[in-house]
Amino acid sequence: MAMRSRFALAVRRARISTGTTSSRAALRPLTQARWKSTASTEDAEGVAKGTTGTSKTVKFTSETYPEIKRDPKFAQISEDHVRFFKELLGKDSAVIDGVTKDATDDIEPFNGDWMRKYRGHTKLVLKPGSTEEVSKVLKYCNDNMLAVVPQGGNSGLVGGSVPVFDEIVINMSRMNQIRSFDDVSGTLVADAGCILETTDNFLAEKGYIFPLDLGAKGSCHIGGNVATNAGGLRLLRYGSLHGSVLGIEAVLPDGTIVDDLSKLRKNNTGYDLKQLFIGAEGTIGIITAISVHCPQRSKAINVAFFGLESFEKVQEAFKEAKGQLSEILSAFELMDRPSQGLVKKVTNNKQPLESEHPFYCLIETSGSNSEHDNEKLETFLEYVMENEIVSDGVVAQDETQVRSLWGWREGIPECLGHWGGVYKYDVSIPLSELYDLVNETREKIEAAGLKGDNDSFPVVDVVGYGHMGDSNLHLNVAVRRYDKAVEKVLEPFVYEWIAKRSGSISAEHGLGLAKKNYIGYSRSDNMIGLMKQIKNLYDPVSLNHSSRSPPR
Amino acid sequence: MSALRILVPVKRVIDYAVKPRVNKAQTAVETTGVKHSMNPFDELSIEESVRIREKKSAPGGVEDIVAFSAGPTKAQDILRTAMAMGADRSIHVEVKEGDDLEPLGVAKLLAKVVEAEKSNLVVLGKQSIDDDAGQTGQMLAGLLGWSQATQASKVSFLEGDKVEVTREVDGGVETLRAKLPMIITTDLRLNEPRYASLPNIMKAKKKKLEKKTLADYGIDGTRRLKTTKVIEPPPRQGGGKVEDVDGMISKLKELGAI
Repeated sequence: MAMRSRFALAVRRARISTGTTSSRAALRPLTQARWKSTASTEDAEGVAKGTTGTSKTVKFTSETYPEIKRDPKFAQISEDHVRFFKELLGKDSAVIDGVTKDATDDIEPFNGDWMRKYRGHTKLVLKPGSTEEVSKVLKYCNDNMLAVVPQGGNSGLVGGSVPVFDEIVINMSRMNQIRSFDDVSGTLVADAGCILETTDNFLAEKGYIFPLDLGAKGSCHIGGNVATNAGGLRLLRYGSLHGSVLGIEAVLPDGTIVDDLSKLRKNNTGYDLKQLFIGAEGTIGIITAISVHCPQRSKAINVAFFGLESFEKVQEAFKEAKGQLSEILSAFELMDRPSQGLVKKVTNNKQPLESEHPFYCLIETSGSNSEHDNEKLETFLEYVMENEIVSDGVVAQDETQVRSLWGWREGIPECLGHWGGVYKYDVSIPLSELYDLVNETREKIEAAGLKGDNDSFPVVDVVGYGHMGDSNLHLNVAVRRYDKAVEKVLEPFVYEWIAKRSGSISAEHGLGLAKKNYIGYSRSDNMIGLMKQIKNLYDPVSLNHSSRSPPR
Repeated sequence: MSALRILVPVKRVIDYAVKPRVNKAQTAVETTGVKHSMNPFDELSIEESVRIREKKSAPGGVEDIVAFSAGPTKAQDILRTAMAMGADRSIHVEVKEGDDLEPLGVAKLLAKVVEAEKSNLVVLGKQSIDDDAGQTGQMLAGLLGWSQATQASKVSFLEGDKVEVTREVDGGVETLRAKLPMIITTDLRLNEPRYASLPNIMKAKKKKLEKKTLADYGIDGTRRLKTTKVIEPPPRQGGGKVEDVDGMISKLKELGAI
């Protein structure tokens, strides 16, 4: 889930030196200055973009985080630069020029993220239509010291795909062609700017499925998905993109084309460099095309929704599900009662279960033979009911019910934003302690007197949900307004709690701008040092990308 | 007031969310390997019958709710669903795939079932989403000589075996009043069907599912209509893209629009 978004190509931007501080060397978290952090809102997972934010104008990121400074080594964009790009890209529609004329309305969508949390000052958006054009654009920017931010569907949750200052936005939406599909092996080669849902629909016609699904599928780009190593709803079944991506074509900041669009599942010849680009959030180059190994689309899908009385029972149910459903289990999602209560409040839909339960789980199976699957699922359901592992449950009888049950899971992020904002933490923690973080956080917020039913309290509720199957929890604090007092309770408490258990502070959303400074909670100095070496090797000028994403 | 003995005919159809495709021979819609579910209008019929019992809205109470389906063996799946939603028992008449009954055949069969089960209320979907014929309920009422109220959006019970049915019509609602026995066909606004819960799915396995044949009811299922060909509707003409405003103007001129 969540991730949906991530994508944005990450490559990001540039300029910006981290201001305050910390020299590059000091990115370590413990010392670092922390920006607000977290509040990243939304995870996009769920649902429609754009509905969460309220109507107030969004503050510029540079005002919200005055400690981030534009690196003076980067040049200001001039009319000469714009002329070059117009000649290079040819078409009028490929350049949105706010430098030589006023194009505020046209440019605004590229300056902000859908959570309405970040907003940059860019005046130039480029939409290259081919890998060669991307290469020429980047080379020119590198030679002329122009900072850039790669952008895909711009559905990220950590502020990775929008500019902070006047970085040039390189939007990949015009590179949206499917290059080839092999019906026998299931290998798809496609441009980075293909929209996930469109790509998946193309594959559906052929009986295949894209090995990734997430709530933002209608807007996110597959290139961005790869750049951010999006996890999503089916990771449990199809694994991480590190496994399913077979090859990558990317452009380095100096214009070099990384031509590794292999279609082979096995290729043990030297370093597997494409892996560096998966999850790099664009910091070492812009992905322009990918080749992916796509699995067969399952013909039979079943969904069941349970109510359980404790987190221990949830774990038992998960264990049984793995044991009894094994290869057909395709999702095991966790939702707590507060999260479902908020969805109910916002949507006013009829809840699937009549009584309330402390925890809810959604299980999906997908396989090739519905009778076989049904039989397995029924045996499993009978077992968990008879042994009182689950207290109640329903099974979708048709496709419409499948969708509406998923709605109770996928709709959470959107509904949480209903009151104004959400502090979002996307973390990996050992399964047995997964929910303790939510309980402890809620206790702390309550003890601080921040949570209540009316406008005088900033916090609406503290909820937990996520991909149980991947030990990935979304700890979300729905708020009526972003408030320093809430932040103080949350941080560094949450990060320290996770670090103590050797968890990850960003399981699937990436670091982006929001979490870049906290990498030290999840990675050692040694590891960060090695990452910096790679960054400096491929992007010595630090053109793309900036300070936000991993190490610099 | 007499206790209700409700008959709810249900049909197994291609799932509402699946896009149907014509088979290669162009003789029918492809059904193998396609997800099937209960006809959505029939879910409403089951739900309404169960609510009549749960809400005790009928003064005489509900004595029996029987779900009935004529179709291939797999139609038993949806009968189990109907029982998980609250039907007391069910009857399945095996009809081979491809030998589907026509609305008149179904109506004649149902008339026999009504007689055998002593039903005094039949609640049907207003149409099945595969054939979209929308005729069975009306034909059944004609064969039985009963009152009918079609496309119900609300059903309530009055004294003296009277039933009041509200239906949505163009420009408003129409309220009909009739006496049992009667036929009601259901429309989307009537209710929101429940999910089949785990405990009820398990209970449904123990409920009675009777297996019958057309011959048991003395019905001849031979079709009177012949399907000569099934084809997809012509694809929608795609739009064209123009490069800029000038392009659009010249295109519009070309088309004679301006």
